[in-house]
Amino acid sequence: MIHVDALTKTYGGFTAVDHVTFSAEAGRVTGFLGPNGAGKSTTMRILVGLTPASSGTATVLGRRYADLPNPGREIGVLLDASAQHAGRTGREILTLAQRTTRMPKERVDEMLDLVSLTPEESGRRVRDYSLGMRQRLGIATALIGDPEVLVLDEPANGLDPAGIRWMRDLLRGYADRGGTVLLSSHLLHEIEVVADDLVVIGNGQIVASGTKGDLLASAGTYAGATDTATLAAALTAAGHSSQLSPGGVRTDADTAEVGRVALAAGVPLTELRPADGAGLEEMFLELTADNAREDVAA
Amino acid sequence: MSHTAVIDAAPVTDRAPARERVEHEPIPFRTVVGVELRKMFDTRSGFWLMIGIVAAGVLATAAVIAFSSSSDLTYDSFAGAIGVPMTILLPVLAILSVTGEWSQRAGLTTFTLVPHRGRVIRAKMTVTVLVGLASMALALGIGAVGNLVGTSLMGVDTVWNLSPTAIAYIVGADLIGMVVGFMLGVVMRNSAAAIVTYFTYWFVVPTLSMVLAANQAWFEKAQPWLDFSFNQSRMYDGGFTGQDWAQLAVTGSVWLALPLAFGLWRVMRAEVK
Repeated sequence: MIHVDALTKTYGGFTAVDHVTFSAEAGRVTGFLGPNGAGKSTTMRILVGLTPASSGTATVLGRRYADLPNPGREIGVLLDASAQHAGRTGREILTLAQRTTRMPKERVDEMLDLVSLTPEESGRRVRDYSLGMRQRLGIATALIGDPEVLVLDEPANGLDPAGIRWMRDLLRGYADRGGTVLLSSHLLHEIEVVADDLVVIGNGQIVASGTKGDLLASAGTYAGATDTATLAAALTAAGHSSQLSPGGVRTDADTAEVGRVALAAGVPLTELRPADGAGLEEMFLELTADNAREDVAA
Repeated sequence: MSHTAVIDAAPVTDRAPARERVEHEPIPFRTVVGVELRKMFDTRSGFWLMIGIVAAGVLATAAVIAFSSSSDLTYDSFAGAIGVPMTILLPVLAILSVTGEWSQRAGLTTFTLVPHRGRVIRAKMTVTVLVGLASMALALGIGAVGNLVGTSLMGVDTVWNLSPTAIAYIVGADLIGMVVGFMLGVVMRNSAAAIVTYFTYWFVVPTLSMVLAANQAWFEKAQPWLDFSFNQSRMYDGGFTGQDWAQLAVTGSVWLALPLAFGLWRVMRAEVK
């Protein structure tokens, strides 16, 4: 239950976040996707009040973050796993969060168990932690107040494949129990596997948002044919986009429409399917390509 | 059992109902103070600094017993000797309590768990003053033990020549020193820079100021109205007149209160990175 409305942040003449509007709903994992420097982290930092917004609003469970009486009990935040005093032990960092949120003492051990940090590891100082261990500690800190909402910035960074799998299962289970998860990443595969909804950001602007299914469907249709040139021309004539690819054509028309056009044009199809085999990655590159090019031109 | 019945019995939903909303209690200020107190000593630097302060106090006591003539074995000598390391080291503790949030980036967690920076800073200030008062009580205690032990070893009378007023002056001067450290932490938000500036303020500025006063007649007159460290160190001798207090207030406003206000204003607005 996160609502971000027309959020804007400018630094001098540079607009880092430009009228960003989206929601993350309860019971769903919302993936916040974008290349590095697109404004994901800035948006999340504004959401939790670490960075003041130039304009626009962000609310968590219907309130501004600063108005939450005990934020750790309602929203768990992990923005940067390395942002900890290197001289404290993992257990000490968790204890500080447990005390601030006024949770029972036992919560510290429960969380250490949950993220599989052994007593020996939690007794070590954080400067000796690997990035993966810091991420686990960060997740434990975020979850210590048993919050309804989780906001995680690039939590899979530094995790090994088993850790990534663990994180995915944890977030899935959390959302299935009614929690809200907002998860940022530039790792497309990670988001595609776990997210229900997607918000794609490029150069500070939202370039696409919706359910994962809808966004993948909008990636269009792939039609295989021997006479691809005729099919492409027919699709263009019918007012659809068409792109030649080896042995076929990609178009924004849906499969039924492509079938009609092909029949009318008398082109036999060898294959007809949604183009989601290309998956999110293609959509992601496509959506952010314009912004990336502008960047080079500027 | 019919097929429909099975479907009716298990409504198709993969989502648990939203959790019941609980209105949480606001975090009390004493909780924030307690956490900040813990943070002052749970790092290696904080822990050893505190050990160092106590160890230096004990060493100073031993040194007074070992090297003073028996007529100098008074409570004043003991308290003074123990007070020196404390006066120097306590402000460093104050500096680190503030700068750790930025230099070590712990503020990312601190300020998301307590999203009112003013409260966190007030808690740190409270802890700084409390630790300062406790340390000074400890120093006076160690000094008293040293005075008793020292005089009985030397076989001289035990002299308690430190009046409550004199103690109040010392405590006041030490607290000002800690607030100076706190101010430098808030303004610089960087451990190394704040500590270097603090030692410059404590060791270099008084010397330069003294040299200048010795060579320039106008500065000698103006010094009490310009040099805050001069007024602060005069507090250890006590006996302030109305004019002395006025000079302390004027220099304190310019060198302590104004920068502190500026630093706090920036801390409230700055991004926590």
